[in-house]
Amino acid sequence: MASGRWRYYARLLAVSMRTSTTTAMQYRADFLVQGAMSIYWLGWNLVPLFVLYDRRATVAGWSFEAALVVMAHFVILRGVLEGAVNPSLGAVIEQIRSGAFDYTLLRPADSQFLVSTTRFAPWRILDVLGGIGLLIYALIRIGQVPTPGQIGAGLAMLGVGLVVMYSLWLIVVASAFWVVRMDNLVYLLSSVFDAARWPSSVFRGTWRIVFTFVIPLAVMTTYPARALLGQLAWPTALACVAGALVLAAVARGIWLLALRNYTSASS
Amino acid sequence: MAALPTLIRLGTIEAIAYRAEMVVWLLTTTMPLVMLSLWTSVADEAPFAAWATRDFVAYYLVALILRNLTSNWVAWQVAEEIRTGTVAGRLLRPVHPFASYLGTHLGAVPLRAAAVAPVMVVLGFTSGRAVLVTDPGHLGLIVAAVVGCWALTFAVFLCLGTLAFFLDKPMGLIEAYFGVFAIMSGYLVPLPLLPSWIQTMARWLPFRSMLGDPVAIVIGRVPDLGDAARLVAQQWAWATGLLVLAAALWRRGVRRYEAFGG
Repeated sequence: MASGRWRYYARLLAVSMRTSTTTAMQYRADFLVQGAMSIYWLGWNLVPLFVLYDRRATVAGWSFEAALVVMAHFVILRGVLEGAVNPSLGAVIEQIRSGAFDYTLLRPADSQFLVSTTRFAPWRILDVLGGIGLLIYALIRIGQVPTPGQIGAGLAMLGVGLVVMYSLWLIVVASAFWVVRMDNLVYLLSSVFDAARWPSSVFRGTWRIVFTFVIPLAVMTTYPARALLGQLAWPTALACVAGALVLAAVARGIWLLALRNYTSASS
Repeated sequence: MAALPTLIRLGTIEAIAYRAEMVVWLLTTTMPLVMLSLWTSVADEAPFAAWATRDFVAYYLVALILRNLTSNWVAWQVAEEIRTGTVAGRLLRPVHPFASYLGTHLGAVPLRAAAVAPVMVVLGFTSGRAVLVTDPGHLGLIVAAVVGCWALTFAVFLCLGTLAFFLDKPMGLIEAYFGVFAIMSGYLVPLPLLPSWIQTMARWLPFRSMLGDPVAIVIGRVPDLGDAARLVAQQWAWATGLLVLAAALWRRGVRRYEAFGG
């Protein structure tokens, strides 16, 4: 029974991805534009990093190469955000405003699943690939191959980071049920997310607290990078996993609560 | 032009009506604060190329104030109105559409000023206060630079928005614009700290006049009054030139629009 559900949702996901890819294939010129943009952004992102490390060997204990590993994680995460999270969840806000969300609710699948998988931007895969390339470059510069354990821990922490990111975005979108004009709150979160390109320990005071606990940017990029570099203590890693699970559950709870409060715009 | 005061008043009323939205938009300008935190922790260890902690504090807080005071969303507005066709309604009115856009966004300035006032107070209590200029000559130029900054930003955004007449997806362009702006204007990193090849490029582009130059004047990085006046003159020249360009683009765009629209 349970495995049947899983297969059902896997099939839905595959269909949705295929639809998005088919749509994207119609705009093949976009592929080139997106590819050029990815490279351009990758380069621009690095400018402040170069400026900083041009005159400093380390910043808050982070070498240039280690900071580059964090940056690579940021690029990968943002690729996923722009490719898989924002297109779908952004559409929900519009649906709530127009009332079209009613049709989503009428469908026999879980609504959170449906709104999270309605739309993908496949070309963003180029961003992810760029991030992976940057990551490999940084590791080559460090000159030390991570052990299988470190790679495993790094991937696991990257998964944790993705869960945290998705949960935060879901919470913001769920708030659109109460306050309809919420698209700019998504922008707000995106602009804060931009700070995740830096290792969290370079920030001090209020920002460090905000970035660790309120909007856990540290968990999204810095900890996966540390795990990959073999610098993350087990207790911290486990706390992150637990925290991510709690956040995901909270996001789910808020989503369900929001659904109960939903009064259609069309009726 | 006689309609402008009314249009501005309308803009203010509109801005007050949508104040929550406006505040959230202003809050999205977190980047200067993030960079402030980053650079102060760097400069606390040792000054960074003649930039001490208080210089960074002053730079980013003034940048935050200036950006929120002089920015607007006319590019998005124009692009969206062209995409959806609502711009046709504006074309029917007897005033030039630019005048009504001007009214809307000039009208929002008082609210923006109110929103950045707390930041100004904060600036007054930080170490950054020590580097701010106080002589009347510079202060006069700052007023001119802030006005010029507003006009230049408005002109640039009008150009970007108007390009929606010619492009299918102007949003990608606006995104690309912001990427260039963030570096070339000194928004992310003060211009003098950037690699020299970027500085050379920045010299020939309008972006620095939109942020980096005015901020440099405020925080006493341009001690010579003549130099500062030249920077402001350059800024006003860019603003005038780009406004003319925006008007020309608009005229061509409208002709095109009528050709394939209905």
